[in-house]
Amino acid sequence: MFDNLTQRLQGTLDRLRGQARLTEENIQQSLREVRMALLEADVALPVVRDFINRVKEQAVGQEVIQSLTPGQTLIKIVHDELIALMGKANEELSLNTQPPAVILMAGLQGSGKTTTTAKLARFLKERKHKKVTVVSCDIYRPAAIKQLETLAREIDVDFFPSSLEQAPLAIAKAAQEHARLKFHDVLIVDTAGRLHIDAAMMDEIQQLHAQLQPIETLFVVDAMTGQDAANTAKAFGDALPLTGVVLTKADGDARGGAALSVRHITNRPIKFMGMGEKTGALEPFHPDRVASRILGMGDVLSLVEEAAHKTDQEQAKKLAKKLQKGKSFDLNDLREQLLQMQKLGGVAALMDKVPGMNKLPTEVRERDNDRELGRMLAILNSMTPKERRQPDIIKASRKRRIAAGSGTQVQDVNRLLKQHLQMSKMMKQFSKGGMHKMMQAMKGQMPFRM
Amino acid sequence: MIGLFKKSRTNPEDVSTDTAASAAPSEAGDTPDNRSPKGFFSRLTQGLSKTSRAMTEGIATLVQGKRKIDDELLEELESRLLMADVGVEATQRILDALMRNAAAQDLKDADALLQALRQAMVEVLAPIQQPLEITPTGGPFVILVVGINGAGKTTTIGKLAKHLQLLGHSVMLAAGDTFRAAAVEQLKTWGERNQIPVIAQGQGADSASVIYDALQAATARKVDVLIADTAGRLHTQSNLMEEMKKVSRVITRLDETAPHQTLLVVDAGTGQNALNQAREFNRALDLTGLVVTKLDGTAKGGILFAIAEQLGIPVRFIGVGEGIDDLRPFDAEEFVSALLELDPPA
Repeated sequence: MFDNLTQRLQGTLDRLRGQARLTEENIQQSLREVRMALLEADVALPVVRDFINRVKEQAVGQEVIQSLTPGQTLIKIVHDELIALMGKANEELSLNTQPPAVILMAGLQGSGKTTTTAKLARFLKERKHKKVTVVSCDIYRPAAIKQLETLAREIDVDFFPSSLEQAPLAIAKAAQEHARLKFHDVLIVDTAGRLHIDAAMMDEIQQLHAQLQPIETLFVVDAMTGQDAANTAKAFGDALPLTGVVLTKADGDARGGAALSVRHITNRPIKFMGMGEKTGALEPFHPDRVASRILGMGDVLSLVEEAAHKTDQEQAKKLAKKLQKGKSFDLNDLREQLLQMQKLGGVAALMDKVPGMNKLPTEVRERDNDRELGRMLAILNSMTPKERRQPDIIKASRKRRIAAGSGTQVQDVNRLLKQHLQMSKMMKQFSKGGMHKMMQAMKGQMPFRM
Repeated sequence: MIGLFKKSRTNPEDVSTDTAASAAPSEAGDTPDNRSPKGFFSRLTQGLSKTSRAMTEGIATLVQGKRKIDDELLEELESRLLMADVGVEATQRILDALMRNAAAQDLKDADALLQALRQAMVEVLAPIQQPLEITPTGGPFVILVVGINGAGKTTTIGKLAKHLQLLGHSVMLAAGDTFRAAAVEQLKTWGERNQIPVIAQGQGADSASVIYDALQAATARKVDVLIADTAGRLHTQSNLMEEMKKVSRVITRLDETAPHQTLLVVDAGTGQNALNQAREFNRALDLTGLVVTKLDGTAKGGILFAIAEQLGIPVRFIGVGEGIDDLRPFDAEEFVSALLELDPPA
């Protein structure tokens, strides 16, 4: 989502090459561009002003570090300030209270509260092993309760039923009692979307808060929000003691300036990002990494963490052991790798996080790659176990059979075998401690010459 | 002061459970009589008043007295436009045009400058002020409604159905959002409120086939207007955009002139990304109109200027609340005047 801001900053800072010291004059143009970039990224104007002033204070008079270009020096300052603005580290939910720990969701209409409620419930259930109850206090939007019920069933968490005839306060009270009696760890309370200027509705959520005494009160905000993010964040922050923010719809191409605005104005950490419509698409928000992504360094760390979570640790260990023993990387291993890649959300989701890849047009990134992944798996699945163990035995006749079995052409089979050969060579280097060399090679492809 | 938009909240049951009755003008200040030009304007002004407040708090103090036109004033105007989501480029263009005018007409004080600003802004929006017209087609007039998640598609459809009913058209709804949990139920509720039929299959059904069935049903029952809901989708999800194109193609297969209107619903709170949304949806579907929702908050909808300049897609309606009557035809003059809190020119 932050791609465009990245590009903008890259263009600006290129012009600074060859300067020995940052002065008010030589960074003025760049700062103006940074200002425009931030505005175009929908960062609220007052926040932009603060930010530019802070960067200027930091930058003026700063010697350009020997190993860096002036552009890189300024980008480092911008980067550091971005991180400072967005908070230092990822802050987790705090659920240390007498159970049930209550999480109250608040936000405007259409910001994604109900979807986020379900995602959060799934996250707590699967990754934190909590017993979760969800309840909807949205008696206004047609079918809002039904929506949460459907989602709760999908992810198999406890849903506390409510109905339009009940008052939100009564629903909340009953749900809290229910969760307590069932010894559930967490109660997530979904609420109706409300305008921050709607006094009656803001009063209602304040009452809900007073009643529930939630340990977490999360403000749900659409990553695409414009300047208005400042107004809404301020109003919600004034009305409720927020403990965190969830940034939704962050998988689009919005430049995400709302993240900065909301963070700056509420002074509350952004705890999660919604990255898709499915209930699994919720990621912890890492301010430092997102700042890096703004600056085009990719989100490699997030990727690593996600991979670590979703890939089967055992299999990874087995593979490592196998490689260490000097055994080759066979087609079974390739198949495992591809399957894991599919689990991670396909090629597009992976590429989004790899440095430099965000320069590719979105269409190119998404198109066909996942189909290709499916095709490769089909080919591998059409092989016998023996063929997968000993790729050498695959000759013309076997190739024809495999192609027919997988609905592909012999050329496709050949291509896959060739790719496998290259990969197994690479893997051999890996096992000989070639990791360092490989990173060196990759470094050359980083967008910034560091 | 702005009690108008709180009505549904003080009496929630009115909106959520009361179906046919909510057509009655029970809510304060929301009588159909308010549609007289003056009443309508005051309503729009109220809808946009919070919008304008942020802008005009500054502007009002700016132009008090016969303040001179100087750089500081211009910078302040620039800030205000930027804070209204007008965007860097559009703001620059508007202010450039303003300054050319100011020089040409020899404007002396801030007050005159503000009038000129209003004029310059109206000029940008005037071409996209085109009300929705239901023309005879020999079959149902098909309106396809698309947009990103949470923009307000289903709510807009509920309000649009009511609007068209009041104009004397018979209306049918197609529950094409088969992805989001309970989206079908949500549309059905709106159908009950308006007492109009809703054609639906279950969640997970093929959206195109639901709409195909609905169009056949609408044709058989000689319904005037079919409004088709679709699932929210981000414009960056190419597979979902393809699916949406398929929906449109399937409609065309039954009636080659359909869909007669393809409306994109945009949340006024969206910032510069609204331009991307409009561009991508327009590329996929040849949009015939926009509906800008949630203008009853503090969101400013200034992105319309960039959309008008770059894409020229007509704005058919604005949404100023969750009530069934809170959908208004778009009027550039009033939009800008309300935004700047100025009286419209007589």
